[in-house]
Amino acid sequence: MDILYKNLWEIGASELVMIAIGCLLIYLAIKKEMEPSLLLPMGFGTILVNIPFSDALIGPINELYHAGIANELFPLLLFIGIGAMIDFGPLLTNPKLMLFGAAAQFGIFFTLCMASMFFPEIDAASIAIIGAADGPTSIAVANTLGSQYVGAITVAAYSYMALVPIIQPPVIKALTSKKERMIRMPYEQKSVSKTTRIMFPIIITIVVSAVVPQATALIGFLMFGNLIRECGVLESLSETAQKVLANLVTIFLGISVAFNMTAAQFLKLDTLLILGLGLVAFMVDTAGGVLFAKLLNLFSKTKINPMIGAAGISAFPMSGRIVHKMALKEDPQNHLLMHSIGVNVSGQIASVIAGGIILNFFS
Amino acid sequence: MFNYLNAVLTTGAPQEAPKLFLEPGNFVEMLRYMGIGMLVIFVLICVIILVTTAINIFFSRKQG
Repeated sequence: MDILYKNLWEIGASELVMIAIGCLLIYLAIKKEMEPSLLLPMGFGTILVNIPFSDALIGPINELYHAGIANELFPLLLFIGIGAMIDFGPLLTNPKLMLFGAAAQFGIFFTLCMASMFFPEIDAASIAIIGAADGPTSIAVANTLGSQYVGAITVAAYSYMALVPIIQPPVIKALTSKKERMIRMPYEQKSVSKTTRIMFPIIITIVVSAVVPQATALIGFLMFGNLIRECGVLESLSETAQKVLANLVTIFLGISVAFNMTAAQFLKLDTLLILGLGLVAFMVDTAGGVLFAKLLNLFSKTKINPMIGAAGISAFPMSGRIVHKMALKEDPQNHLLMHSIGVNVSGQIASVIAGGIILNFFS
Repeated sequence: MFNYLNAVLTTGAPQEAPKLFLEPGNFVEMLRYMGIGMLVIFVLICVIILVTTAINIFFSRKQG
């Protein structure tokens, strides 16, 4: 009879709390549809690794973690899929939009300053990168820096990405007047040549890697995926990267990130602080983009709707859509989608550059 | 409050004492990284904008 209960008694309060957190992640994924492709595997993985004497932790999850996360392989492979999904067209028709992507990385560096008050430099830098609003970049940077908080950072990054529709609107509203939110920005449909579309990922890779070599893998894999999409001769590879590859890696990434979700690693005051700092990062990112647009308006004849600055965080494509919806709410004839999506994809590029800069500073 | 929260959260968790600290001076020290980091991002993005605009003009003319 011993066998029925001897292992059961080994489950402590902390393991039960973690199992409850795992169930919460699964609930949020299914019921609230918050980044379900990642939160569900993470939630289930959390349950797996918190069962005492779990052979899943020392066996397959351990192996997957070291095969794909500790060496950054999974986030990079996922970047190929993301690159293949992104259409840089709206950005190429109006390259100036990229400035907003740069401005919206302010939250990363502000959070770095904030986090350094509580955490050692390496961990503070890893926490700050939550502000990249880009899961793979957060995981890759935190892992490369050897942060002990990879689990909490990943949870924060993906949770807040899912919560962008709740986090961004109040910040945007607080920083803009109704009049500013109603500024119309006509969109001129310009055709972008195929050569430009093909050269863009190559040039970005060369320029960024030359200045920030620590970002070469991140930007290179992202742009490689985009080149597969744009070259026009690899349709099936592009489709595979967008669907099969991205989905497969997401499954493995989600479940193996749970390696860091054991009670001993997760149940700390540090985790609460990391979640709080992650929220600060997202809010300041949003504010940075909006305020930069307002600053440009001081000098520009053609007024910019400052809300598009908020789309500079790389939570793609949610952030772009939120700005578009907010503009429509203020004025049903104000269509900002192409501008906001352009800014949104530039945020993807800028966040990878920011990740490389953080690595350059601290690795 | 800080210690109480920590005690509640760590009950039963087999781990060492937390390594958190409160050092407000670090904020100012890190401002240097903020300045350099934002400057590098903006410079890089400006270079990318210039190159993109150039290839846009060059190849649209060639196509036209």
